[in-house]
Amino acid sequence: MSETREILFFAFRNTKLRIGLSIVLLFLFFALAGPYFAKYDPLEYVGPGYHPPSSEYWFGTTTFGQDVFSQFVYGLRSSFTVGLVGGSLATLIGLAIGFFAGYRGGLIDELLMMLTNIILVIPTLALLIIIAAYLPYRGVFIESIIIGFTAWPWTARAVRAQTLSLRAREFVDLARITAIPTWKIILGEIMPNMLSYVFMVFILQFGGAILAAVGLDFIGLGPTKGISLGLMMQNAVLWNAIQLGMWWWIIPPGLAITLIVGALYFMNTGLDEVFNPKLREM
Amino acid sequence: MMSKYLSRKMLVYLLTFFFAVTIDWMIPRFMPGNPILILVSRFSGMPEATKVIYSYLTQAFGLDQPLWKQYINFWRAFLSGDLGISIYMYPKPVFEVLKEAIPYDLALLLPSILVSWIAGNLFGAVAARRKKLDSFVLPVLYILTATPYLWLGILLAWTFGVLLDIFPIAGAYSFSMRPSLSLAFIWDFLKHWILPFLSLFIVMLGGWAIGMRNMIIYELEANYARYLETLGAPQRLIRKYAFRNAVLPQVTGLALQLGVIVAGALTTEIVFSYPGIGYILMQGILNQDYFLIQGCFLFIIIGVLLANFFVDLIYVFIDPRVRYAFGGETA
Repeated sequence: MSETREILFFAFRNTKLRIGLSIVLLFLFFALAGPYFAKYDPLEYVGPGYHPPSSEYWFGTTTFGQDVFSQFVYGLRSSFTVGLVGGSLATLIGLAIGFFAGYRGGLIDELLMMLTNIILVIPTLALLIIIAAYLPYRGVFIESIIIGFTAWPWTARAVRAQTLSLRAREFVDLARITAIPTWKIILGEIMPNMLSYVFMVFILQFGGAILAAVGLDFIGLGPTKGISLGLMMQNAVLWNAIQLGMWWWIIPPGLAITLIVGALYFMNTGLDEVFNPKLREM
Repeated sequence: MMSKYLSRKMLVYLLTFFFAVTIDWMIPRFMPGNPILILVSRFSGMPEATKVIYSYLTQAFGLDQPLWKQYINFWRAFLSGDLGISIYMYPKPVFEVLKEAIPYDLALLLPSILVSWIAGNLFGAVAARRKKLDSFVLPVLYILTATPYLWLGILLAWTFGVLLDIFPIAGAYSFSMRPSLSLAFIWDFLKHWILPFLSLFIVMLGGWAIGMRNMIIYELEANYARYLETLGAPQRLIRKYAFRNAVLPQVTGLALQLGVIVAGALTTEIVFSYPGIGYILMQGILNQDYFLIQGCFLFIIIGVLLANFFVDLIYVFIDPRVRYAFGGETA
């Protein structure tokens, strides 16, 4: 119990963690509440095109008169969905394979690591492209699942390495000789010792999924229905927003992604300091 | 002998390659919808072309044959350099289209990766454990590494291409130019090259610097560094040793990051209409040119595999432990 309190104490004191978390929560608030403030449907043509920000259209309008603010807040929702679903899935698969390979060892370990190394080398985006290109209808949810299924390898490798070192400990041996099933040992003995690490992995996967989705959307393989921050940027570039100097269309989506992902990374470093006393700056 | 280490790596790469080609073959065949019908429907306005395309496609896909035979045919065609014909640039073979795009990718990727890696490592090593520098620089680096390549590209294009109007923001050279080795062309090429290069360079710089900073901090906490410190060794020397040890994981990191970097380059090329594989790929996707998409996928995989192999070779030379572990030679 006192350990939890110690960690919470350092967590609240850690500036990096506080700043990162505040930024993420701010954007999360926008994503959740924004659509209730948005006056228009994100895809509907509601006003004059090529209109800079005004009291009527807070972030201006696109070339065709869509409301950029509405697109922005709905796009934020997509980004958080992709981060949550894709990031969770990638973390879960990585954990399952990493634990299993590391704990079992032997041939299973060799085979699983071979598979991991193979998928690790193939660029995720290339794999996503070839899968998404042949799916005629894609939603944000499908996109997240594809991302989750391709982003797990580095997690699997890292978790396996940690499991290998934990496997040799006495308390695991003790559990093993009492004939507890493998999955119970993994969940009950090994995972609790890596909880902090698992949490940090999830944060990195969350950010990674958001970035992967942006690339996919921008190339033209994003959701076929709805709006996302990547799609906003794709449309902006396709319809010459750069040449026309429509800064209100090109800046918000990228800035939001940069700040969210940057804040996540920042949180991660903060957490590292909280969990690892050696790194704390006194 | 380090050939044992390399041959194990080679095995993974060969398997990866095999896996990638198999995926490339499998996906159009097992996905919902019929890609051939979509392909043919694009030519509905041109009855002559439709006929050619249709007969070509039945031949290329060989859908009347059993699956295992289709699979073997796919490999055979692929190994003889036949990636099909591009629909978007009909009747140019996909292989030709991609061959012309490769030099532009290399011109962007090689310099940006090398320069950012070197600069980032030096920068990160200097910033580590220097309180004032670190607390100011670290947030900036995190912002850089979190920036989507394409968005930085958009920002640079808008600032330097539109607001200041110093650099062109589309293509690899002016329309009026023809590729040659004249000074005028090279100057023109560089002016088109600098912005996409910078978008890749700046984002990557952040990542390498953070990686190096964290590694150095871990190294400075290690027992050998502490020991040197108690012996009264100068900070410069300790940092030098820390740097040497920290560079190794950064080389591995380079191999691991290649996929992400290539993805970033693809999107950056789209922003600047730079005629590399990324730009071609988007044209393929927008025009549902499946042969072109397949070809791009394979070219990207082969490129990344080669680069990985190259990094492994370098690793063997700079890390004596790999040499010892796999043969015990006394170098």
